Amino acid sequence: MSKLLEISDLSIHFDHGEPVVDGLSIDINRGETLALVGESGSGKSVSALSILRLLDERHAHYPSGKILFQGENMLTASDKRLRQIRGHRISMIFQEPMTSLNPLHTVEKQVSETLALHKGLRGPQARKRCIELLELVGIPSPETRLSSYPHQLSGGQKQRVMIAMALANEPELLIADEPTTALDVTVQRQVLELLRNLQQEFGMAILLITHDLSIVHRYADRVAVMEQGKVVEQAPTEQLFIAPEHPYTQRLLDAEPPASPLSMDRSDRPLLEVDNLDVRFTTKKSLFGRTVSYFHAVRETSFTLARGETLGIVGESGSGKTTIGHALLKLTGATGSIRLDGVELAHLDQKQFRPYRSRVQIVFQDPFGSLSPRMSVAEIVREGLEIHAPASPEDQDRKVIQALVDVGLDPDARHRYPHEFSGGQRQRIAIARALVLQPEVIILDEPTSALDRTVQKQVINLLRDIQARYQLSYIFISHDLSVVRALSHKLLVLQHGKVVEYGNATDIFHSPKQDYTQELLSAALFYQKPTTN
Amino acid sequence: MASLSPIQKRRLRNFRNNRRGFWSLWVFLALFGLSLFAELIANDAPLVVSYQGDLYFPVVESVPEETFGGFLPSEADYRDSFIADEIRANGWMIWPPIRFNYDTINYDLDVPSPAPPSSENWLGTDDQGRDVAARVIYGFRISVLFGLTLTIASCIVGVAVGAIQGFYGGKIDLLGQRFIEIWSGLPVLYLLIILSSIVQPNFWWLLGIMLLFSWMGLVDVVRAEFLRARNFEYVRAARALGLGNRKIMFRHILPNAMVATLTFMPFILTGAITGLTSLDFLGFGLPSGSPSLGELIAQGKANLHAPWLGISAFVSLSVMLTLLVFVGEAVRDAFDPRKN
Repeated sequence: MSKLLEISDLSIHFDHGEPVVDGLSIDINRGETLALVGESGSGKSVSALSILRLLDERHAHYPSGKILFQGENMLTASDKRLRQIRGHRISMIFQEPMTSLNPLHTVEKQVSETLALHKGLRGPQARKRCIELLELVGIPSPETRLSSYPHQLSGGQKQRVMIAMALANEPELLIADEPTTALDVTVQRQVLELLRNLQQEFGMAILLITHDLSIVHRYADRVAVMEQGKVVEQAPTEQLFIAPEHPYTQRLLDAEPPASPLSMDRSDRPLLEVDNLDVRFTTKKSLFGRTVSYFHAVRETSFTLARGETLGIVGESGSGKTTIGHALLKLTGATGSIRLDGVELAHLDQKQFRPYRSRVQIVFQDPFGSLSPRMSVAEIVREGLEIHAPASPEDQDRKVIQALVDVGLDPDARHRYPHEFSGGQRQRIAIARALVLQPEVIILDEPTSALDRTVQKQVINLLRDIQARYQLSYIFISHDLSVVRALSHKLLVLQHGKVVEYGNATDIFHSPKQDYTQELLSAALFYQKPTTN
Repeated sequence: MASLSPIQKRRLRNFRNNRRGFWSLWVFLALFGLSLFAELIANDAPLVVSYQGDLYFPVVESVPEETFGGFLPSEADYRDSFIADEIRANGWMIWPPIRFNYDTINYDLDVPSPAPPSSENWLGTDDQGRDVAARVIYGFRISVLFGLTLTIASCIVGVAVGAIQGFYGGKIDLLGQRFIEIWSGLPVLYLLIILSSIVQPNFWWLLGIMLLFSWMGLVDVVRAEFLRARNFEYVRAARALGLGNRKIMFRHILPNAMVATLTFMPFILTGAITGLTSLDFLGFGLPSGSPSLGELIAQGKANLHAPWLGISAFVSLSVMLTLLVFVGEAVRDAFDPRKN
């Protein structure tokens, strides 16, 4: 059978920079799924966008190569011809469902736009087809959804609408650029299953771009691994996972986090006890300031944490994970009891709580947002010391250096600014900022979710090392179960602010009792590298 | 001194790339720098006098007339031909390029004042016989100084108020915004006219009164910036470290708001200068006799047969304001994140 899409020796560079894609050659047959994997910045998305010539051509240049779609070279095709192909024979789904739908148009208008454009369908006919499509992608009661605006849909539903738009004209090739990265695990699974079913129905080919190997393992027929703009290995999925040849592929496969936490000698006396923690956000107030309606973010949550132990908190977005972390640090108001070493903290005001802040620290999710861009690394790390342990500048400098060494950074880096560091290094700086105060508890709020897999693994290993060295307790908040599994001794599963299951992590991972936990675990698609012996 | 971060380097480069704004800044700084030494450029006393072997510096010291063979113990009038001849006979003196101070009346005019431009009065004289060139130089200086002081003061007040409103939000923000709405509805000009009938306005009075109303321009942008930034993760991280509100505001949020402030500053400055000029024009500004461009315009209007009055005032004002607007444009370009 002839190839549907054939890319040969494609190079792309922006302005006068280094080539972003360098000699790329891949091909896709009809009805097959090719996964393009690699870390961020490896040129995956740029390659995908170039197929439909969606890159800004004032800056993007193609010095060499051909993109043949059914024998037709896309690089030399006219704009008119490209418009006929886009959305009709080749469709695309983007990563961010929140921003790829126009917030000012209804679902019907957006889906029928592409129908009108390529098929000339209008009025009741188009409407009928829209309903069919929404049904196909599994949106409940599609008739009523037609007049919805994007903000009235959940993230998963938006992505489904995007897929409906992409499938409207039954394309031969679907380019899915990280279609599920922004979604919760259970939704991710639904969307991927949906894509696979639709693929079988229409016989279309899918170019799946992702950094998540467990998805690749489950859904792709063949895999192309990209590193710095080059394809370093291309093989059928099974073969690649069993016998990766290129060292980079091996490194990627090894980057899956370990399956169990370090066994620590934990004391039985609880360090942190939380009882009946309850957080409500006022959504409406009466004229006289009385709360009329509120959103119950966290309901009656209780847990304990011993020294040297890690408590994993998992749940989908909006389940109140992050709010618990903020409530513990008094970054948001809460009721209930929080005891640290037997001392009640819940009723303290900000000033009275300040001395305890050095004992409970937090590391945030976004390493790009959590470091002040106008302060040098030394200033960032030293800031907490100035409040909690005022000392001579030399003393502070020594502590800063020690903290940077602890997180595996070169101490000379302390005079540089955050933007000079990569995501992983920035997260190390954020950890150093927490560590320099010698806390007993560190709250880790999705510390790895903004990082590439290989970097993720380094950070996890770092966290494990520090925990062993300093007998730290962690509260590890994440939606990524494979990361949670690598660190947590205890697990707290949250749904809509309520505790669904709480207990020993290994027990829950092996035999979850609640339906919701089972669903969450089965959706997680754990991939574990087969042991070689 | 820490080296510039790349973002600051990029801003400096953008500023320089706007050639017009870049040169405007230098021309403006040169003019302003010169006008700061107005006493050495336009004065009714010589820079140096050598009399019977002794050196005198009348610009910086008061020399009694008796010293030069006069009769009075008061300061010498060097423009008086008797004194001038006496000094020239016993030594020499060096005059500044313009031999008039802003309030020196030229009694030796051949024509009735206002006198047209001549080799003695480069831009002519006004209707009281005072040299226009000298008044323009001193007037430029006082305008710019007034504008700068007002701008800096209203930036400080505006940023502080905006910061407090944006950072604390809630009731403080609500009440503050309503107060600003009411306050900005007050008719500033009438208030100034009423006040000037009660007190004799001087530089500081005018500054104070105009400051009462000019601080509001920046509040909105700074407030918006603080509202946005108070939920940034690094602000939250600072709070988790135990930093107090004041430190968080100063160290972590204020740098964000400075971009908006700096962008607005040149335009606030032109507004302040125009404000002072219009008050002077209406006669409610600086006390009579002070060198002011507004008063010069008023004289030009009253003496249409002496066009050099109106033209001098017009040219000096428009040059100054145009330079400032060009600088403002370049600053705006420099902080524009979409320019690379």
